[in-house]
Amino acid sequence: MNEIVEDAENPEANAKKIMYINRRAPYGTIYALEALEVVLIGAMFEQDVSVVFMDDGIFQLKKNQDTLALDVKNFSPAFRALETYEVEKLYVEKESMQARGLSCEDLLVPVLELSSIEIAELMEQQDVLLNF
Amino acid sequence: MSIEVNGNVFETDEEGYLATLSDWSPDIAAAMANEDDCDLGDNHWEVINFLRNYYEEYQIAPAVRVLTKAIGKKLGADKGNSKYLYELFPYGPAKQACKYAGLPKPTGCV
Repeated sequence: MNEIVEDAENPEANAKKIMYINRRAPYGTIYALEALEVVLIGAMFEQDVSVVFMDDGIFQLKKNQDTLALDVKNFSPAFRALETYEVEKLYVEKESMQARGLSCEDLLVPVLELSSIEIAELMEQQDVLLNF
Repeated sequence: MSIEVNGNVFETDEEGYLATLSDWSPDIAAAMANEDDCDLGDNHWEVINFLRNYYEEYQIAPAVRVLTKAIGKKLGADKGNSKYLYELFPYGPAKQACKYAGLPKPTGCV
């Protein structure tokens, strides 16, 4: 964790690097929806935000979700709104994608595919990590 | 709570947001505005219709900053600013316009 030095002249220098890590399937627990809401609310504070999807969290971004039989709201279209909230650094873990037979074309939004080693390096650079 | 429009009663939450999205009609929007002493003109409808389209596409009500920026992109810079939107919707553009549009209360900063 780096020490933050306040710089009033340059607000971007004051932004903290915050990474949200989504590891769980979209439905069955409230984690995925809650994480998305935190990201959307947190976007208002204009920090340096990135969102990682790994393990079953990958499924949150899967196209063509149908929750009719589950009787819960399909909130996946909201991931496409992240761009309008200026949350643009979206990463998926390559190993999790391969294990589930998914490619980037299966996902709702453009993402960058990174290996677990690359994601670990990104995590090292963050000021805050939030796990969901 | 509820709101009565043309003899039909529609359920709302405690802040007056419509309980069931599909109940919405322009008459309900007008009735809600009437309760706030607000007369809906073309400029109001532009924002209300924008919000309904945004919700249909993304399934969320946008935060006010996002709304302001998106309105500016779609309807021009003279409309994509807080002053213009607050004049139309003095109770807060995201909050009040979302209510009239039949959407749930926006998440986060309103």
